[in-house]
Amino acid sequence: MLKTFLFGILLGIVAAAGALYAIPAVDQERRPSIISVTPNGGNTELFHINLPMDRIMVGAPGRSEQLPEKLEWPDDEVLSGVQVELFKVNNAIGKVIGVASRVLISENGADVVDWVIHLPARGSMFVTMRTAPKENGSRTGRLRAGSREFGLLTGIVSERWVVDTSGEEDAPSGRIELTATYIGAAELLQ
Amino acid sequence: MKYVIALVLGVFFGAVIFAAGMIYNPFISKQKLSPITVTDLQTITLAFSGVSTENILFTNDGRSRVDTYPEDVPELWERPIRQTSAMVTVMRDALNRPAGIGVKISSLSEKTRLFNGEMLVDSVWYVYLPGKGAFFVEQVENYWGYFKEVVYPAYRSSANTWKGNWLGDVTFGPGALATAKVTGGSGKFDGMDMHGVESLSVRAWSVARGPVSADGRLTIELPPVAIPGEE
Repeated sequence: MLKTFLFGILLGIVAAAGALYAIPAVDQERRPSIISVTPNGGNTELFHINLPMDRIMVGAPGRSEQLPEKLEWPDDEVLSGVQVELFKVNNAIGKVIGVASRVLISENGADVVDWVIHLPARGSMFVTMRTAPKENGSRTGRLRAGSREFGLLTGIVSERWVVDTSGEEDAPSGRIELTATYIGAAELLQ
Repeated sequence: MKYVIALVLGVFFGAVIFAAGMIYNPFISKQKLSPITVTDLQTITLAFSGVSTENILFTNDGRSRVDTYPEDVPELWERPIRQTSAMVTVMRDALNRPAGIGVKISSLSEKTRLFNGEMLVDSVWYVYLPGKGAFFVEQVENYWGYFKEVVYPAYRSSANTWKGNWLGDVTFGPGALATAKVTGGSGKFDGMDMHGVESLSVRAWSVARGPVSADGRLTIELPPVAIPGEE
């Protein structure tokens, strides 16, 4: 019986080690990427943010109503020209796939919008939009850096506010459309 | 029958011995000195609170040990973002003055390998320092040392708390020397490629609430040329 017990201990050690090695401890749910190929090269992916339901936070100095309501924005002059927003990000078919921050910086009379789009199963993108908004309110910026899937990509991302005209009772007031155009790193010829 | 009971008991003890070996093995994921702590180049050090309720905002799936803040903040309950947390915090300089704002978004990493002592988190920081500019930090963090030396002892304690002084770098990559990749976005950081390290200092941890007294620190190593501001 002692031999059986000792064999059991060995088996337990091996089984625990094998399970820890083979079974993934973290499994992020990934929705299929909905990407289309653009005629002049590159790939395009559309994200959107329904407002107000996908908004997690709006914090800005001097704003009478912060979101969430109990948010206490620091009353410090150093943060006087900053507005921070956090959102949930949807893919093209309206499924939440990530979290994004949008920071609006007003400095020296110019506005800069910085986006960080974080998709847990894929990676993150950092986009800086320095251009003034176009007539239709859209703004375009460069994909400055990325992690994992987006690490080797360059490209542009544009934001556009689209008012909802569906008239449905529970429809959002509108949505922010983010259109990302990715360009992969050039491959070396063999 | 007695042989079956002996085998089952043996397997149970074997699994316990393996778990104890994982926890107490000093060679698994031993912390190394970050190259940034001994760099000759100039660095920027920014501090933030490691306690969720001391930040401007903290949210997660709402079921985690760490409380969301403020209490009416929307939670990240949807399946693809359920293992994600987001934090907005004031970044403080070496004199504990507000220096800017930081946004951190983190997700548990699928590359986690507990067998190797790698409890990984993929995270990104966006930091804006008024008058200096903005930068983006991408990193992989390893919380194995934190788990082993803070969280596990708290569970073992009869009071379900841990008190002490734990200081460690949590940045594990993607840099080969366990550094984060930092990209300048605007202002004086524009166009800069830098390295960084995030570290945590924990003084109290509770099983019920997570960190009770903790501070974080983000250290950015500036390139040899173009130095923005003080420090």
